[in-house]
Amino acid sequence: MESRFRFLLLAVLLQAFALSGCAATKNLFGMGKKESAPAPIEVPDQVIDPQVERRDIKEPAIDTEDFEIGAFAGILSIEDFGSDAVYGMRLAYHVTEGFFVEGTAAQSEAGLTSFEILSGGAPILSDDERTYTYYNLNVGYNVLPGESFIGDQRAYNNSLFLIAGLGSTRFAGDDRFSVNFGFGYRFVLNDSVSLRLDFRDHLYDIDLLGEEKTVHNLEGTLALSVFF
Amino acid sequence: MLVALLAQSAMPATAYAAGEYRTVSVADPFLELRTGPGRGYPVFHVVDRGETVEVIKRRTDYFLVRTDRGKEGWVDRDQMELTIGPTGVQTVFAAATQQDFTNARWEMGLLAGDFGGANIVSLYGGYSLNPNVSVEVWGSQILGNFSNGWMGSVNVVHETWPEWRISPFFTLGTGVIHTQPKSTIVQGEDRTDQIAHVGAGFRIYATRRFILRAEYKSYVVFTSRDDNEEVEEWKAGFAFFF
Repeated sequence: MESRFRFLLLAVLLQAFALSGCAATKNLFGMGKKESAPAPIEVPDQVIDPQVERRDIKEPAIDTEDFEIGAFAGILSIEDFGSDAVYGMRLAYHVTEGFFVEGTAAQSEAGLTSFEILSGGAPILSDDERTYTYYNLNVGYNVLPGESFIGDQRAYNNSLFLIAGLGSTRFAGDDRFSVNFGFGYRFVLNDSVSLRLDFRDHLYDIDLLGEEKTVHNLEGTLALSVFF
Repeated sequence: MLVALLAQSAMPATAYAAGEYRTVSVADPFLELRTGPGRGYPVFHVVDRGETVEVIKRRTDYFLVRTDRGKEGWVDRDQMELTIGPTGVQTVFAAATQQDFTNARWEMGLLAGDFGGANIVSLYGGYSLNPNVSVEVWGSQILGNFSNGWMGSVNVVHETWPEWRISPFFTLGTGVIHTQPKSTIVQGEDRTDQIAHVGAGFRIYATRRFILRAEYKSYVVFTSRDDNEEVEEWKAGFAFFF
């Protein structure tokens, strides 16, 4: 009886063993057919990814604003010919935060010399010759950048700049090689617009009143300029 | 979940496409915003890592950015390059290098000097056909003691070693010169003559887009008189490439 039970249990065990097909045991004895690789576990990401179109981003170009255009007006003192209004235009290119190059063209009208006023005689120059025009090409450098405060609430950027250059001056019927240098103060109203106060000395050689001499024409102007 | 994922990936794409400005996110610990485009202007705000900013415009090597909270300030290029773009790639902003000095197509400059005893101011524009050969157009004003004038010329420039920082060149050209005696000198009349010139000089890469240039040219003026005039010219100045 006991041996019959044993046989039954053994039979059940064998059955279970055969059915379960224990992989470990099979591999241990090098029996059984090779199993195929386990099916990949599906991660939600991978399910979706092939469906998603690759983003082809066209990044907007960044607007570069290195040029500055401005108009100015002020007073120009023409040696021997008094002081008069001057007005002109400027175009600048900012190379670095410090350096900029600038082209300027301006016009003024010369007055009478003291001699002309006192003698009351014939004028030295015709009206056409009294028109004073100049152009120059300059290099400037921003020094002392900083902030200025107006009241408690408002702060504006500013900088002082040194500038020098050369060009040509048409006055008294001739073009003359001229050199100019000076300094200015830039007051930045916002990211595009600034106010500029410029002081320059324009030099050239002239022999109009007899002997040749170097004249200094001092100029002070106020400009409004826009970056673009 | 699938919908959420799709929505998440689609949303930024449409946002960038519709956006007027380029958006970058801060990858460095922080981004410093200055009040103005220069190292002298104070830092007034910092943007933390992970936040995004819109790049509104560029001036020289500074960028005006706007934060999510609407603060606007200027950031220098070095810091901007530590941000990442929407594709997750580090942002790179174009900066002119010596490589561009060799390969740039266009050049513009201003030179001044001596033209046979008179002062000369010249403006030129050049176009490179290849790194070695370029074509230039010059306009000059000549301001002398006895006469003034202007000169226009076209010339070909050959650079033998364009990759050198100090690059020597040879030039050959032709043009016209117009001279008018000064009004204080009685005799003489205006005249226009043809010219030809040969010259040599150096182009020196200074920084960014900046070039220094110095040159010597020897001119022959084909006058209507028996003898042609010869004029020597020495000039120096600066130029930009772009």
